[in-house]
Amino acid sequence: MSSNAQILEGVVGFFDDPETTLEAMKKVTEANYESYDSYTPYPIHGMDDAMGLKRSPLPWITLAAGIAGVSLAFALQYWTSVVDWPVNVGGKPFNSWPAFVPVMFELTILFSGIFTLLGLLGLCRLPNTGRKVIDPSITRDRFAIMIDLPKKVRNSSCKPFEESEVTQFLQSLGAKDVRKVYEEGWF
Amino acid sequence: MESTERFHQDVLVTGGKQYSDLNDDVAKPLESFPTKKWWVCFITAVLVFAFGAMLAANMFMQGLGVLGLNQPTGWGTFIVNFVFWVGIGHAGTLISAILFLFRQKWRTAINRSAEAMTIFAVMTALLFPLIHTGRPWYAAFWLLPYPNQRELWVNFRSPLLWDVFAVSTYFTISAIFWYVGLIPDLASIRDRAKHPIRKLIYTLLSMGWTGSNKNWRHYEVAYLLFAGLSTPLVLSVHSVVSFDFAVSNLPGWHTTIFPPYFVAGAIFSGFAMVVTLLTIVREVFELKNYITIDHLEKMNKIIMATGMLVGYAYACEFFIAWYSGAEFERFAFINRAFGPYWWAYWTMAICNVIIPQIFWWRPARRNIAIMFVISLFVNIGMWFERYVITVTSLHRDFIPGNWNMYIPTWYDWGITLGSFGWFFIFFLLFCRLLPALAMSEIKGVMPSPKGGAAHVE
Repeated sequence: MSSNAQILEGVVGFFDDPETTLEAMKKVTEANYESYDSYTPYPIHGMDDAMGLKRSPLPWITLAAGIAGVSLAFALQYWTSVVDWPVNVGGKPFNSWPAFVPVMFELTILFSGIFTLLGLLGLCRLPNTGRKVIDPSITRDRFAIMIDLPKKVRNSSCKPFEESEVTQFLQSLGAKDVRKVYEEGWF
Repeated sequence: MESTERFHQDVLVTGGKQYSDLNDDVAKPLESFPTKKWWVCFITAVLVFAFGAMLAANMFMQGLGVLGLNQPTGWGTFIVNFVFWVGIGHAGTLISAILFLFRQKWRTAINRSAEAMTIFAVMTALLFPLIHTGRPWYAAFWLLPYPNQRELWVNFRSPLLWDVFAVSTYFTISAIFWYVGLIPDLASIRDRAKHPIRKLIYTLLSMGWTGSNKNWRHYEVAYLLFAGLSTPLVLSVHSVVSFDFAVSNLPGWHTTIFPPYFVAGAIFSGFAMVVTLLTIVREVFELKNYITIDHLEKMNKIIMATGMLVGYAYACEFFIAWYSGAEFERFAFINRAFGPYWWAYWTMAICNVIIPQIFWWRPARRNIAIMFVISLFVNIGMWFERYVITVTSLHRDFIPGNWNMYIPTWYDWGITLGSFGWFFIFFLLFCRLLPALAMSEIKGVMPSPKGGAAHVE
């Protein structure tokens, strides 16, 4: 860890398997700390429930973008074909909407996809240059639970962060290795 | 629930591999200097591409007259190649999106490389309509709707314009889906990188992914959304490609069966290409414990099934040509099978319908050499399918005085060959620079270190 800026971020405990991590997380949630998270090499089923997290709001972003895409595609085609430069082809209607469907469909998907990506990055706060890797083993084969030191206490009913108490608590849950994590960016 | 699920769970990773072995095995080709074999392949690919590019440059200077195109055969090998390469791409999206929605866990072993193949195949496909304009630097000028000094808009009622939207959307969404899938694995590579430059590159690419559950919960939903978006998209893309033909009045093209027929053919050819590539990749990069014979067998079953769908479409076309009573339609199909291009037709029929029937026999489905050869036959057959559709329909249309033979020149063949070079340049670079297996997904289907069942459905 870096030597100059030693601002404590939290305490992390490491586990060897997903089952223990999940059980431990349930207890962490029960203990009612203000901020905590798990770090795992792959998503663990049941972790959202164990952490008391609600379903991600991402589908709403996708839906809104899809509606925007389909509307924009129809507006573009209608305006160019009916308003700006109507071309009479064998007396067929200017607003030949069935022919507009493929482009409407494609732009729905295009907008939904692009905004799902942007929404994902936004919700995950990526790119995240302010946080260096806690431990390189997390993306390999180890599982971690970190209890954060809240920057500002928002909810006074939560259990306050007490470093030694948190360390002991994680050890009691079966964490193999418990460490302090200091604030450190990429560079 | 839990117990039945465990009962049905296949062994997806063999050799008693642990999570960390997976990282070591996947990262190995990324962290060592390329072997001689790789350099030979790469330099060959570059040279082949350079040859095609040189011919294309010469074609731009002289004009499209150097190709075999004539009146009435205005579409030739370039359109054949376009449809062929777009079709190849479809397997990747099928594996990454449709098999994901169907909870086919075995897809995790092959989805990364199949998606990479999709992206490179679409990039290859996109070259062809562009160079077929003869003046590719004008392509954006002609194809995209934007306010311009000519005060004209593109024709939104044309399938060719739908194609511009379909293929560019397909490329964009496939690339996004692929990249999102790569983020956790890029983080894995970042975390084991020793060299500072390597570390910096993968740090930037993985955007600071930590593996936190607050990220995973959005990530999993995003993955599901991308799969949901890609599924209708992939079906639409080849449907729209088929509209390029089906919306015209030409006998042999003007059929309503085209969209499903093209989609089935696309999946068929794409899976064949995946098998061709993966039988090599698993050998060269020692990934046999992850891309197992069981995986390949499942793909071979899909090849056989889609091959029969395609065969059904061939038969159905003939039946309808007869049943419709339309004289020109009947002629088009008799000419297709027994006219001057009979050899192309029967190459197609034998490669696509007859040869994959060997896969009814289980040992053939599980034999690397046999499946490799069959996948090559399928690739050839599917190239000829597009050749048959494009050329035999065009070369003898309504008025016999208008008939002509289409003979591709060596510009056609050289540029076609060059497109394979272009594809393999990217695929070979992919194998060396990015994790070829979706590690975070495979870990989800591996048994937990405690001996329990896998954790991701």
